[in-house]
Amino acid sequence: MPAVSKGDGMRGLAVFISDIRNCKSKEAEIKRINKELANIRSKFKGDKALDGYSKKKYVCKLLFIFLLGHDIDFGHMEAVNLLSSNKYTEKQIGYLFISVLVNSNSELIRLINNAIKNDLSSRNPTFMCLALHCIANVGSREMAEAFASEIPRILVAGDTMDSVKQSAALCLLRLYKTSPDLVLMGEWTSRVVHLLNDQHMGVVTAAISLITCLSQKNPDEFKTCVSLAVSRLSRIVSSASTDLQDYTYYFVPAPWLSCKLLRLLQCYPPPEDGAVKGRLVECLETILNKAQEPPKSKKVQHSNAKNAILFEAISLIIHYDSEPNLLVRACNQLGQFLQHRETNLRYLALESMCTLASSEFSHEAVKTHIETVINALKTERDVSVRQRAADLLYAMCDRSNAKQIVAEMLSYLETADYSIREEMVLKVAILAEKYAVDYSWYVDTILNLIRIAGDYVSEEVWYRVIQIVINRDDVQGYAAKTVFEALQAPACHENMVKVGGYILGEFGNLIAGDPRSSPLVQFNLLHSKFHLCSVPTRALLLSAYIKFINLFPETKATIQEVLRCDSQIRNSDVELQQRAVEYLKLSSIASTDVLATVLEEMPPFPERESSILAKLKKKKGPGAVSVTELEDNKREGGELNGGSDRGPDTSAMAASNASTPSPSADLLGIRSAAPVGAAPASAGSLLVDVFSEAGPAAPSAAVNDDGFLRDLEQPTETSDSLLVEGSGDSDSAPPSEDPAAPLPEADDLLNKFVCKNNGVLFENQLLQIGIKSEYRQNLGRMYLFYGNKTSVQFASFTTTVSCPGELHRPQLNVQTKPVEPLVEGGAQIQQVLNIECLTDFSEAPLLNIKFRYGGALQNLTLKLPVTINKFFQPTEMASQDFFQRWKQLSQPQQEAQKIFKANHSMDTEVLKAKLLGLGTALLDNVDPNPENYVCAGVIQTKGQQVGCLLRLEPNAQAQMYRLTLRCSKDSVSKRLCELLAEQF
Amino acid sequence: MIKAILIFNNHGKPRLSKFYEHYSEDTEQQIIRETFHLVSKRDENVCNFLEGGMLIGGSDYKLIYRHYATLYFVFCVDSSESELGILDLIQVFVETLDKCFENVCELDLIFHVDKVHNILAEMVMGGMVLETNMNEIITQVDAQNKMEKSEVNLTLPVLFMFECMT
Repeated sequence: MPAVSKGDGMRGLAVFISDIRNCKSKEAEIKRINKELANIRSKFKGDKALDGYSKKKYVCKLLFIFLLGHDIDFGHMEAVNLLSSNKYTEKQIGYLFISVLVNSNSELIRLINNAIKNDLSSRNPTFMCLALHCIANVGSREMAEAFASEIPRILVAGDTMDSVKQSAALCLLRLYKTSPDLVLMGEWTSRVVHLLNDQHMGVVTAAISLITCLSQKNPDEFKTCVSLAVSRLSRIVSSASTDLQDYTYYFVPAPWLSCKLLRLLQCYPPPEDGAVKGRLVECLETILNKAQEPPKSKKVQHSNAKNAILFEAISLIIHYDSEPNLLVRACNQLGQFLQHRETNLRYLALESMCTLASSEFSHEAVKTHIETVINALKTERDVSVRQRAADLLYAMCDRSNAKQIVAEMLSYLETADYSIREEMVLKVAILAEKYAVDYSWYVDTILNLIRIAGDYVSEEVWYRVIQIVINRDDVQGYAAKTVFEALQAPACHENMVKVGGYILGEFGNLIAGDPRSSPLVQFNLLHSKFHLCSVPTRALLLSAYIKFINLFPETKATIQEVLRCDSQIRNSDVELQQRAVEYLKLSSIASTDVLATVLEEMPPFPERESSILAKLKKKKGPGAVSVTELEDNKREGGELNGGSDRGPDTSAMAASNASTPSPSADLLGIRSAAPVGAAPASAGSLLVDVFSEAGPAAPSAAVNDDGFLRDLEQPTETSDSLLVEGSGDSDSAPPSEDPAAPLPEADDLLNKFVCKNNGVLFENQLLQIGIKSEYRQNLGRMYLFYGNKTSVQFASFTTTVSCPGELHRPQLNVQTKPVEPLVEGGAQIQQVLNIECLTDFSEAPLLNIKFRYGGALQNLTLKLPVTINKFFQPTEMASQDFFQRWKQLSQPQQEAQKIFKANHSMDTEVLKAKLLGLGTALLDNVDPNPENYVCAGVIQTKGQQVGCLLRLEPNAQAQMYRLTLRCSKDSVSKRLCELLAEQF
Repeated sequence: MIKAILIFNNHGKPRLSKFYEHYSEDTEQQIIRETFHLVSKRDENVCNFLEGGMLIGGSDYKLIYRHYATLYFVFCVDSSESELGILDLIQVFVETLDKCFENVCELDLIFHVDKVHNILAEMVMGGMVLETNMNEIITQVDAQNKMEKSEVNLTLPVLFMFECMT
C-alpha cells in the first residue's frame, strides 16, 4: 500500500494541470493560466465565503502556477486564513504556500506569527512541526523576535516528542543564523550539547547541525561537545552494521551522522584529554582500515556511504595536521582513489589532496603523485575533474617541480575548456613568477601564455610582465629580443603587440646593435601591426614611437612622417589625434636634452603583492568583490579619467604625462581606453590597479598637473576636520603653492619606523626632522623636531598634516598647534601631534613642510611614520589557544601571506627585537618548529579591536621568509603584511 | 547548508524548486534555467559534482546531482556538506518518493507537488538535514496521509481517478 494513494487528489486541480499539459504552445499555456488566475481572483474576492477545501484547492493551483515561473501577487491572505483551520490538510497547504511564497511582508508576518504561536502552544506534535517548519523556512527577523526565546524551551523540554525536538533544533539554527543577537543560548548550552547523547538518532542528526554552527561561533562555550562527539562516533564506528537498524544505510551504520560528527570535530583542535584523543585516533584508524576491507555490497550506495565517512575522516586528519602517521595513511588512501574507476572518488581525492598539499608533513608525499595528476589533467573526460587536477597541480607546485608543472599547464591550455582558461592563465602566470629562478624562463612562459591563450590573458598579466622586466636589468635585453622574435609571427595576439610595443619602446636599444633588429626594422615591425589593433593599443604604440625618437634619433624622420599622416593627426579618435599632434610637436621643438629627460626610461615599480595574485584571490574568494571596493574603484577611476579631460592648449601634456618618471600608466594606453565621462567600471578598476602600483613612487613636483596629484591634493583643500594647517605669520604671506607630492623615498623612510618609535625621519642639506613618539591603546603622541642645519633663518615655516582616507569616514584624527613661522639658523623647534586611531587604516598621514630659504620656496612632503601596528596591544597566549584562534581566522581574505627574500640580517636576536618593536607579543613554544616566530596582538582603534596573529618562517639556507598574517579584519592582514615584508 | 533543491526534467521543466535562501521569483527562475543548462550538458558517467552557476554563488557552492530516467535531482550546497553524503541523501529522497508513490514517475511529481514538498520537509528543514532514516520519514508521511484521508472523505465523497498520461 503506497503512502500516497493516487486517487484522493483534488479534481479541479488535476483537471487544471492536465489542461496546462495539453497546451500546444506557450501562448496557449499563458492564456490558460491567466484564465485560471482570473477565476481564482474572482473566487477569492467573491461574496460567497469559500470553504476550506476550495481555498486549499485554489492555493494549490497558485503553487503550481508559481512553479511554472509565473508571478503570484495574491492569495497570501487566503493562505494565512488556512493556517487557523483545524483541518490538518488545510493548515498544511497554508503553511506550504507561505514557505514557498512569502517573504518578509511585515503585515502578513504578524498574522502568520499569531497562527504559529497558536500552533506551537497546541501541544499537537503535527501542528507544532508545521509551525516550526514555517519559522525555519521564512526565518525573518520578526519571527526571530517573536520566537527566539520560545524555541530553546521546546527543544530541551523533557516531554517534547522526538519529531518536534528535531524540528525545534533546526528551527533554532535558522533563527540563530538570521538573528544571532536574539538567540541567547547561555542557560541552554549544556542541555543542547547533551542532545548528542539522545537516544533517538534523528534528534542527534538534527541537533548536530545546530551544535556545529554554535561551536563555530562560540567554541569555548561548546567545547564539551568534543568528548561527547568522540564517544558517539566511536559507538557508531565500532557497531556492527545491524546494531543501528534503520540508520544503517546499505550496510554502513549511520553514515550521515558520522560525517556530521567528523565535521563538528573539525571546529576544534585535537582533544587535549589523552583518553578522548586515543579513542578518536582509534576511530580514525578503524575508518581507514575499513576502506581496505572488501565491500559488503556491490551497490554504489554502499561504497558512497562508506567513502563519505572516509573523506570526512581524512579532512579531520588534515585539519589536525599533527599525526604524521595518519597523514601518510590519508595521503596513500587518496593516492589509491586518484586511480579509482569511480569518477566521483577521483574528483574528491584531487580536492582533498589540494588541502593536504599545504601541510608541511605531507607536501612531499603529495608530490609523488604528480604524474597521476598530470595524467588526470590530460585524460579526464569531465571538466570538473580536470579543474580539480589543475587546482592540485597549482597547490603542489614548488621550486623543484615548477618548470614541469608550468609546462604541463601551458600545454593543457591549448585544449582547455573555455570555462577554466582564464583561471588557468592566472595560475600559470603566478607560478611562473613565484618560482622563476631565471627571469628569461619567466618571460618565455608569459609570452607563450599570450601566444596560446591571448584572449584569456587579462590586463593584470601583461602589466605584470612589464613591471618585472622594468625592475630587472638582467632580463631586459632578453625580453627585447624575445618579443622582437615573437612579433615576427604573421598573426600575433594584440596583447603580444602591447607587450612588444612597451618593451621595445623602453629597451629596443638593447638589441639595436644587431642589423637584423636595427631601429628601423623594429619600428617597421611594430608599425606593421598598428592598423589591426584597437584604439588603446594604437595609443600605446604611438607612445612607443615617441620613445623610439628619443632612443634612436635616426628614426625621427620616419616616425614624424607617420605621425604627420592624416590617419593619425586627423584621426577621429580624440586620444589618438591628441597623441599624434602632441608627440609630433614635442619631437620637432624639444631639444635632445629635453627629449631625453621627458622620455627617460621608466623607473622601477615598487614591489608589492602581485596584481595577478590579487585577481585570482578575488576570483576565488567568497563574494568576489565587495560593494564598497567596487564603489571605490569607480570613484577613483572617475577621478583619474577626469585627469585626461584636458584642453587642447595644454599641448605636450600627454607627452610629459606619458614620459615623466612617474609610471603613471599613460604609456600603457589606458587613458584612451576609458572615454571621458563614461568610464566603464571595469576599465576603472584596472586603471586603479596599475595606478596604485605607481602611486607611492610618484616623484615630487615634476607632475604637477597630473590627475594623480590632484587626487592627493583633494584632502588639503576641503577637509577641515582632517587636517590642521599651521597658519603662518599673518604678515609674511604663507607660501601659496600647493603641497608637493610625497618624496620618492617617503615610503622607505616610513618603513624604517615600523618597528621603532624614535629616530631621525628625514635629513637633507637644510633640514633635519627628528621624531619621538609613544602610543597607548588607540592614542599616540608624536614629537617632531625640526632642525635648521644652515646658518640662515627659515621664513614662513609652516607644516601641515593631512590624513588620507575618505572625508566622511576619517581613519585618524591628528591634532596639533601651528609652529613658529621663523626658525633661526642652527635652531631647532618642536611640534607635538596628538593622534587618535579611529579605525584601521593603510595610508600614513602626510606631513607637508614649506618654508623660504633665501628667496626660494622649499616644499616637501613626507609620510608620517604612523602605521597601524603602532596601536598594537601585545597578547600572551598558550600554544593551543594560538592555533585554535589561528584556525578560526581561516577565511581566505583574513589571511595575507608573502614569501620574500631577506633584505636584512637573519640573526635571531635582530629578528626578535624587530618583532617586539612591532608591538605584538612574541610567543615562545607555540610553533612546533623552533625556528619560526609567532606573535599575537590586538590592534586598538576607537571603533573596534582587531585581533592579529603572525607567523614568520625564516629559511636561512634560501635566505627567504614566509610571512603569514591572520587578522579578524582582512584589510589589516593585508596592510600588516605589506608593512612587515619590508622589515626583514 | 543546502541552499536549494531543484528537480527538473530532461527538457528543463521544473518539477520542484525549493530555495532555503531568499531570492526574487525572477532570480529563482533564472537559477533553475542556469542550473539546468550546467547539468544537462554533462555526459552520463561523469562525476556528480560541479561548481555552482554564477547566480547561485559561483565556486563557493557545489551542485550535486543525480539523473534518474527523465528527471534531474539537483542539490546546491555550500562547503560544509559532504558531497557523497548529499549524494546518498538524494538517493534516500528518491527511494522515499518511490515508496510513497509506488514506482514514482514524473507525473506523480507534477500532480502532487504539495505531497512532494511535504515529503521533502520531513527530510530537510531550513536547509539542514532533519532526518535521514527512510522508515522514519515514511512513518511521518503515512501519519499525515491518514489524517488527510479522514478529512478528505468527509468533504469529498466522490473519488476522482485521472488517466495516467505518458
